Amino acid sequence: MSQTNFSPWDDPNGKPLIRFDNVTKKFGEFVAIDDLTLDIYEREFFALLGPSGCGKTTMMRMLAGFEDPTSGKMELAGKNIAGIPPNKRAVNMMFQSYALFPHLTVWDNIAFGLRRGGASKQQIEKRVEEMLTLTRMTKFARRKPHQISGGQRQRVALARSLAKAPKLLLLDEPLGALDKKLRQDTQFELMDIQESTGTTFVIVTHDQEEAMTVASRVAVMDEGRIIQVATPDRIYEAPNSVYVADFIGDVNIIEGTVKPAGEDLYYIDWNPNQAPLLAASERPFSDGQTAHLAIRPEKITISAEQPVEAKNTAKGSVLDIAYLGNLSTYYVQLDGGQVVKAQTANTRRLSRRSITWEDKVWISWSATAGVLLDR
Amino acid sequence: MRRASWFNITSLTLGFAFLYLPMVLLVFYSFNSSKLVTVWAGFSTKWYGELIRNEAFLDAAVVTLKVAVISSTLATILGTMAAYVLVRGGKFMGRTLFSGMVYAPLVMPEVITGLSLLLLFIGIGLDRGVLTIVLAHTTFSMCYVSVVVSSRLVTFDRSLEEAALDLGCSPFDAFRLVTLPIIAPAVISGWLLAFTLSLDDLVIASFTTGPSSTTLPIKIWSAVRLGVSPEINALSTIMIGVVTVGVIAASLISKHRTVKAQHDLQAAERGTS
Repeated sequence: MSQTNFSPWDDPNGKPLIRFDNVTKKFGEFVAIDDLTLDIYEREFFALLGPSGCGKTTMMRMLAGFEDPTSGKMELAGKNIAGIPPNKRAVNMMFQSYALFPHLTVWDNIAFGLRRGGASKQQIEKRVEEMLTLTRMTKFARRKPHQISGGQRQRVALARSLAKAPKLLLLDEPLGALDKKLRQDTQFELMDIQESTGTTFVIVTHDQEEAMTVASRVAVMDEGRIIQVATPDRIYEAPNSVYVADFIGDVNIIEGTVKPAGEDLYYIDWNPNQAPLLAASERPFSDGQTAHLAIRPEKITISAEQPVEAKNTAKGSVLDIAYLGNLSTYYVQLDGGQVVKAQTANTRRLSRRSITWEDKVWISWSATAGVLLDR
Repeated sequence: MRRASWFNITSLTLGFAFLYLPMVLLVFYSFNSSKLVTVWAGFSTKWYGELIRNEAFLDAAVVTLKVAVISSTLATILGTMAAYVLVRGGKFMGRTLFSGMVYAPLVMPEVITGLSLLLLFIGIGLDRGVLTIVLAHTTFSMCYVSVVVSSRLVTFDRSLEEAALDLGCSPFDAFRLVTLPIIAPAVISGWLLAFTLSLDDLVIASFTTGPSSTTLPIKIWSAVRLGVSPEINALSTIMIGVVTVGVIAASLISKHRTVKAQHDLQAAERGTS
């Protein structure tokens, strides 16, 4: 896949398409965006991820021109865009509600922006046909928005916002109104369209799975600040804080005090009844510092016998089992009382499962399985 | 459906009789061939014929229609503008006061509205005639339009306007190309409402009218003081007809749209998803 080599953010000479420079946005006393600095590069599929009220929609509306920053600078392709009204920006937006014009046909909806741009009739026709083909809506061109289904409306909204070939396309929870199956198909469609048109996409979502699937980079936001910006795999495997680790996917957090154990290795004392844990960390910790060990459930092995080779082991009993079909999550209560989630893939049929409720089990993981975090 | 009990039927009959018996009587006697209003002497449409030949009534009808069309059009433009600003204008100083002031003429006694307008017209030296009635009718019917249009605008999805701006519209184009076509049913019902209000207004018109411009309600009122004639009955029947058609059309326009939209939506969800 081409995206493996696509990383303009690592290039020190790379010029960003969008630059937020110490941007702050206040609504009265409420600080929606708090001194935010961020670069987004051309051809990126950038996801803003966070709980509702974290400021991600405000950022998008500032990019579209519906809100102006209270202070700081916003640049699009090197030009300051603060104060430029939305109709004068090479930015288009796909709205969460799709905002299709109900009195116009699908065809006229897509042509709407082109007609404002002063293109000739032939150009408009050609472009609309292109967009209809791209989104596979040619058959429905003469229908009104209320005569097509939700998934089709989503595609018309995408076609309309792409018709003017914007430098930047903003997508506000674009798949929120679709059911899960349709959403997954549409995610891949979006990625294909993004790649084939070469447009920079910025997507706002609260669905972490969606952000991980589509995005080249993800920004995790909370209370108007960006907590971490990284590729999906870095966000998942190397979160920089407990907040990110907890927000993306499932995680066990074990709190304890750190004791150095050699180069990039640390012991964590976390429970007087259990042996200290061993964790590798490139980030330095000082002796006696409080730290949080974040371990994903699928990186924890569960077994009936005590494992011989594992660096970290703990004994406990099975409190609960969540059967998800492809996976099972075991809730193991350790002897100290803490509950740890361990996940295994169900490669065998259910009837042959060896571990069940109330069983005494061992959980184990390697020194590099978890991430040691200071906050 | 609940079954109709005797109690329900009785109260329904009484209520509707109370509302409509006078009008039914009026319509009924307009087809009376006798000149005596209360004595039935057989079916006839001769009073309608007389009416058409009565030039004073025809002149009054022309004045009334002219006033109604012009004033309701002006009221629709002004009322829609006021509604748009009050709903969309965001928070500004004295917004509550403004919206209160737009709706105040709804509850203002007509005599007071008429009198104050009369004083104004005398004060600025405007000769009373068609123009002053038009202005007066615009004044009081514009707030009805404003109420109808703003109740539609409140439920209007704002992101539609934002989408228009995003696609390159100036704010005025966004209103003209997106907002106005979508709220058109409400604007049309507002116009029809203003039209019917102007058509049957007596009080304000009689304050602001001049000698050369008599509207139908004024004509009927002054004719009745000399005695009720079957001709007046015929005229009133026609007016009831026009007003009824106007009001029914206004409500059907908005209802038809919503029903059709829902129907199409259901069909789309069934057929294609």
